[in-house]
This record gives sequence, structure tokens and C-alpha cells, in this order.
Amino acid sequence: MLKVDPIDQGIVLDHIAAGRGLRIFAELGLVERGIPVALLMNVPSTKLGRKDMIKIFGVLDLDLTKLGLLDPGVTVNYIEGGAVARKVNPGLPARVVGLIRCRNPRCITSTEGYVPAEFHLVDRAAKEYRCSLCGDRIRV
Amino acid sequence: MGAEAGLAGRDFINALDLTRQEYEALFPLTDEIRARPDQFAQACAGKVLATLFYEPSTRTRLSFEAAMLRLGGRILTVADPQTSSVVKGESLADTIRTIAAYADLVVIRHPKEGAAQLAALYSPVPVVNGGDGAREHPTQTLTDLYTIRVYKGRISGLTVALCGDLRYGRTVHSLVSTLSLYPGMRFFLISPEELRLPEPLRRELEGRGAVVREMEQMAEALPAADVLYMTRVQKERFFNEEDYLRLRDFYILTPERLRELKGDAIVMHPLPRVTEIAPAVDADPRAVYFEQARLGMYVRMALIGSILGVI
Repeated sequence: MLKVDPIDQGIVLDHIAAGRGLRIFAELGLVERGIPVALLMNVPSTKLGRKDMIKIFGVLDLDLTKLGLLDPGVTVNYIEGGAVARKVNPGLPARVVGLIRCRNPRCITSTEGYVPAEFHLVDRAAKEYRCSLCGDRIRV
Repeated sequence: MGAEAGLAGRDFINALDLTRQEYEALFPLTDEIRARPDQFAQACAGKVLATLFYEPSTRTRLSFEAAMLRLGGRILTVADPQTSSVVKGESLADTIRTIAAYADLVVIRHPKEGAAQLAALYSPVPVVNGGDGAREHPTQTLTDLYTIRVYKGRISGLTVALCGDLRYGRTVHSLVSTLSLYPGMRFFLISPEELRLPEPLRRELEGRGAVVREMEQMAEALPAADVLYMTRVQKERFFNEEDYLRLRDFYILTPERLRELKGDAIVMHPLPRVTEIAPAVDADPRAVYFEQARLGMYVRMALIGSILGVI
């Protein structure tokens, strides 16, 4: 079993679906932030069988909207003073701005690129979002 | 009366931006304008309407302009964007902000879906959607609802058969959404499989309690329909000419076929038509599509006056 030092202050992203950790790592821009980070992949899990984990040292802010979109099942553990101060399950965000591109070729965002595409969750079970401009639905 | 409609200063982008009560408030106002047009002839004096059309149009643009002129207002028109700064690469956001500096109300038609919504985000004056891609055409819906009310005396509980391009036909999308606000509606959706109503929209209608039946042939729907709403297969929505030509002549309403329709039913069409209604049908008293176009001007007068807060 791999061992990573415990965190005194920071965030542990737990219950990431196995294989999705690398993408979350990249999408959250953790490399660019220049902070100590550990990515563990395919860790044994009683809940999921296998899971990925990310430990972020010394940082307590994270884009939960983006995270919820990337993996709604993730658990965000905020660590303070070496203990879990609070746990958050971001889930699918109700509103997403600028993170998803509308796939409808007839959508106005396809030609007016300066507009941040805004999506609203319309069907949580189906993970379906609706473009606020053209009304087209996409599944994430 | 416009104050009763509660539309002053508001955009009208999607048919469902208005509640059923707000539609209902516009209808008696339209009745009054039709009955006493002289009383409204100067209602919009000093006001300017801009029509910004990125797609060809006869009825929508001219009926808005005629409506504004009959209210005593003035109009600015961009009927061909190739003659405007669009060809220099100007964004829609910049175009709309500029036009809004000159006008009190902007009507926009655009081939892209969501264009009117985008325009409304950037415009300091109210924006009315004159049609955006295959998505919405709310003032056609207003026209259609008013026409049904004039001829049938009510909207609730009617059986409405919609025939033709139900997939790309924006007038159909806006119309059925709004009709489903009324209780007891029954829809017969007649189309080839490729041009069926989008599934999420069909689910929405059923979710509001409407009875929806899909079919490929007209024969089953005609004897039961109170309203037969014909649509054009829209060439501009097809990427493939071959598909367009194959589907264009799928449904043609002829005088023979019209015999199957009830005596008090009406035949509507948002126009323009191509081949889907034979010219010989025009003489039938149930064919109301040209009157529908005329009523569209009056109902737009009520809308303009209400949004500008002058009637």
C-alpha cells in the first residue's frame, strides 16, 4: 500500500471514480498552482472497489462547481489542524457557467465566442443540462 | 389596458415568457385595436422600433413595421445584414447595443438559436424575438393563439392537428408549448419520422396534461381536428438538399382531403407555404391563413404598445 504523509491543513478529495483522478487533477489546475499535491490512483476502497484520491497540501479553496461536474460522487474533506474539519459532497451543480461548450451547431455560442455558455441542470438522474441560450440539452 | 398585460419594459424571447393570463390580457386589447384603430393611431408617436433581420422575412418584419406605423411610431430597418457592419465582423452584442441607442424597442430575427436571448442580455431596451433558428417564434404564437380564439371562441379543450415539419418548425415548438398551458388540449402530431417533434418537448406537453398522439398519415387526424395547422418543410434547416426534396412533398392538403375535415374546423399556416397547401384550398372558408397573417399585425400592435407602456 502506498503511503502519503498526513495533511495538517488542506483538502483530501476522496471517492473519486477510479481512473478519473488524472483528469480532475488537470482540470483543477493543481500543477499550475505550484503547491504540494499527491494523486493516488486505483486505491482499494470498500465503497467503490477501487478509487482515486487527491491530497492537496496547505490549500482550502477549490472550485466545487467544476469538481461536481467532473465527478459528482467525490467527497471533499477539509483538513484543519490534522483533523477533518468538514466534509462536502458537491454533487452536480445546479448552474454551470463557462465550463461546458454547447454542442448544438445552431447555437448562437458557436459563432459569438465571447459569450460564456450557461447551463442549468434539468434532470439530475440523467445528468442532463440545458443551454440557457439555445435550450439544447446535453448529458455530462 | 397595456398596464393590465404587465408587459411594459419586458423582453419577449420565448413563447413561455408570457403566462397564460398575460396572453389573455393581450387579446381583448387586440379586439379593441381592431374595432377602433383610430383611437390608437398616435399611441406610439415619438417612439422608434428597430427591426434587425439576419434572415429573410416578409410577414414578421412587415407586420411589425406596419403595426408600429399604424400606432403612429417610426421604424429603423436592417433587412439585409450584408449592408451593415456585420460584414466587418461586428459581434451581435455590439450591433444590438448600437441599435438600442437609436430605438425604443428592437425586433430581431437570426438563424442561430438563442440569438434573441443573447441580444436581450446586451440590450438596454426591450427585445422581441422575431424567430431564432429552429427554436422559437413567440409572436407567431401570439398570432396563432389570437386567431384560434377569434375563430373558435376559445382555446381550452381543442384538438389541434399539426402537420409537416415538427422537428425544425419553430412556430410549432412555440405554439404547442403555449397551447399546453390550456386545459384539455389534444395534439395530433402528423409528420414523417425524420421530422417528429423533439422528444423533450413532447414530454413537456404530456407533463402539462396534454394528450399527444404521433402519426404519419393525415387521415386519422382530420375528422377529429378543430384546428389543422400546416407547416412548411424548411429548406434552410437542412444540411442536405436530397433530404429536403424527399420530405418537402410528404403532405399536401388538397380540396379532396379537406372533405375529411369538420365543417367548423379551421386550417392555419404560419406562411410562407411552398407545396403543402394546394392553391385550390384557399377558397374554402375554413382556410384562414391569410386572415391569420392580418390578425398578426393587430396582435403585434397590442404587444408593441404594451411593451412600450403606451396603451
